[in-house]
Amino acid sequence: MEPAETLPDAGMNLFRDLFFDYTLRTVALGAGCLGAVSGTLGAFAVLRRQSLLGDAISHAALPGIVLAFLLTGSKSTLVLVLGAAVAGWTGTLLVLAVTRSTRVPEDSALGIILSVFFGFGLVLLTYTQRLPTASQAGLDRFLFGQAATLLIRDVAMIAAIGAVAVLVVAVFWKEFKLLAFDREFGASLGFPMRRIEVLLTTVLVIAIVLGLQTVGVVLMAAMVVAPATAARQWTDALGTMVMLSAAFGALAGVSGALISASAANVPTGPTIVLAATTFVLASMAFAPRRGLVWAAFRQRRNRRAIRADAVLEDLFRLAQQHDDVTHGHAVAVLEAMAGGRRNVARSLAELEERGLAARSAAGLWSITPAGLSVAENRWTQTAADA
Amino acid sequence: MTQIELEIQAIAVVVAVSCALPGVFLVLRRMALMSDAISHTVLLGIVLAFFVTGNLASPLLILGAAATGVLTVALVETLRRTRLVREDASIGLVFPALFSVAVILIARFAGNVHLDTDAVLLGELAFAPFRRLQVAGMDLGPMSLWVMGGILLINIVFIGALYKELKVTTFDPALAAALGFSPAVLHYGFMSVVSITAVGAFDAVGSVLVVALMVAPPAAAYLLSDRLPVVLVLSAVLAAVSALAGFWAAWLADASIAGSMATMAGAVFTAALMFAPGRGVIARARRHARQRFDFPQLMLAIHLLHHEATPEADEENREAHLGRHLHWPPDFAHKVVRRAEGRSWLVKEGDGLLRLTEAGRAAARTALAG
Repeated sequence: MEPAETLPDAGMNLFRDLFFDYTLRTVALGAGCLGAVSGTLGAFAVLRRQSLLGDAISHAALPGIVLAFLLTGSKSTLVLVLGAAVAGWTGTLLVLAVTRSTRVPEDSALGIILSVFFGFGLVLLTYTQRLPTASQAGLDRFLFGQAATLLIRDVAMIAAIGAVAVLVVAVFWKEFKLLAFDREFGASLGFPMRRIEVLLTTVLVIAIVLGLQTVGVVLMAAMVVAPATAARQWTDALGTMVMLSAAFGALAGVSGALISASAANVPTGPTIVLAATTFVLASMAFAPRRGLVWAAFRQRRNRRAIRADAVLEDLFRLAQQHDDVTHGHAVAVLEAMAGGRRNVARSLAELEERGLAARSAAGLWSITPAGLSVAENRWTQTAADA
Repeated sequence: MTQIELEIQAIAVVVAVSCALPGVFLVLRRMALMSDAISHTVLLGIVLAFFVTGNLASPLLILGAAATGVLTVALVETLRRTRLVREDASIGLVFPALFSVAVILIARFAGNVHLDTDAVLLGELAFAPFRRLQVAGMDLGPMSLWVMGGILLINIVFIGALYKELKVTTFDPALAAALGFSPAVLHYGFMSVVSITAVGAFDAVGSVLVVALMVAPPAAAYLLSDRLPVVLVLSAVLAAVSALAGFWAAWLADASIAGSMATMAGAVFTAALMFAPGRGVIARARRHARQRFDFPQLMLAIHLLHHEATPEADEENREAHLGRHLHWPPDFAHKVVRRAEGRSWLVKEGDGLLRLTEAGRAAARTALAG
């Protein structure tokens, strides 16, 4: 870390001397920014069923990084990121072109571009390694991501470029929305949908290459998919989803950086990814309406209601066969009528609670007048029905 | 060629072919990216099996890894079944998560073992011949060659034995279910074979090359043929070609063999994309160019037929006149006439009069009759 780079904020004085915390702050800030940017763009990728495009882009970026280094001899992050962006962009357009013009399915096209570009990048990387003049040390930080190598100027770059990407999304909001939900409608309104698609893809590429240095090629896919998938569980509105997704991404970045710093030998990239995955699992479980936990509760409640209904019907049939409606019946009788249904006693207790069934002192069950009116309403055929 | 070079090439070809065979079905079933997911998550299986056995050479590692491959498939399927996540997103969630767990485990608990992520991701075929299989002191050749040979055999036996079932479930899952095949059993059986293949290949060439070899040669073969057996054989051949070409390119440039094989697989795919008969970019461009002139030639034939043997024929049936009647620019009219002449639909007489041949007359009449 260069000593000249200190946080300008006077409030940070406390931490200025603490090298470790300074690094941590830089990393956390960088990871948070990139999480927010990839979360924003990831929302569109997930909605357009292009979740794995992120994986392809990040792999395809590798030859661009090495070529940028070979051509300029510079290892500055900006140069390498530019190279990554050009290669990632080329790869993506090739995927679009192959999918559109041949019968090769989209997933195969993605797989081919991903692996072939990456393989070519490896060739270039090993070739560079063996050049006597140039040390490529530091290039492979893009492979697995080394958040600890983030400098404050890298973070500033991530923040600045990320802000531009988010601004593009804000400016072309309506167009991107059309693209995500109803491309044909957009085309019929006269929007150049092909060009809008290229623009959105370009911004996605930018978001992804920004994250490569921190999270690495392999795990960048998760930063596109996970925050957006988590956000999707909470809302059906695009605006809310994009904002939530950005928030989840930022939160995953910051918490991943903090967790990895608090324990020895825990790499940052994978920790960020696991944090994001945790958000997804929690959202899938607990998000209102779509959440699996609520769905399970609902299902149980419905099952119980159906079982109680069936018991009520049985009580009603029994009552019809006796002159005295209040004639009691043993639980065993009702259980026999229930056939395979379980929890008859519990259903009876529920019916009692709702005032539809009553238990005599002897423990025998009968239908109440309230229960009778409900049952008659439901199970007696009227003349019209017949 | 030294013996080591020969052995590397043999391993490369066996790896390539055993990846390409199941790859055909992955491509046809639109599951190409499962190869990406599996080839990454097997790392977790290797790490966990290593913690159990404490031995990097143990065959349990392969089993553990293959099991994680199948687990990956099951997790993706489970996520998709919740209907909260689409399939592409569920792949993108599962494999980075499992891979992250593996990387953290390695960094935290296995830092001093030779199990670094670089080697695993990138593979290094060049070192494969140095691990030998020795039985009773006899050198039987490189270990990977035996392992991959066994895996290739498993692939051939599996595809051979279940060819019909695979074919039906791939092209018509509903029919397969109606006929009483269990798509689920077959699916998981197939994915187990894919996982085992990915593990073996991953050991030799790294995970990304597994994706290249499983997807690019089958996709190229798919562009070249419509028949499944042909596609299978072609993709094996193309994979072997990519492997050999990749080896020699890497040898010349002194670069990563795995990367170079992936690059060559890409080159083979590009070549198929360009030159595939009928479906390739060039064939289609030529067909489009030809079709641009097909209809005008018919128009011309009909025009000539309409006017021949009438008093105006001498005026109408000339190239110069077509511009006025058919609104063709002169050079376009000239091209159409030349092409029609080439097909011997008409002859241009000495004074420039266009006279239909019998073939041209027949073509015009057929077109008119609809």
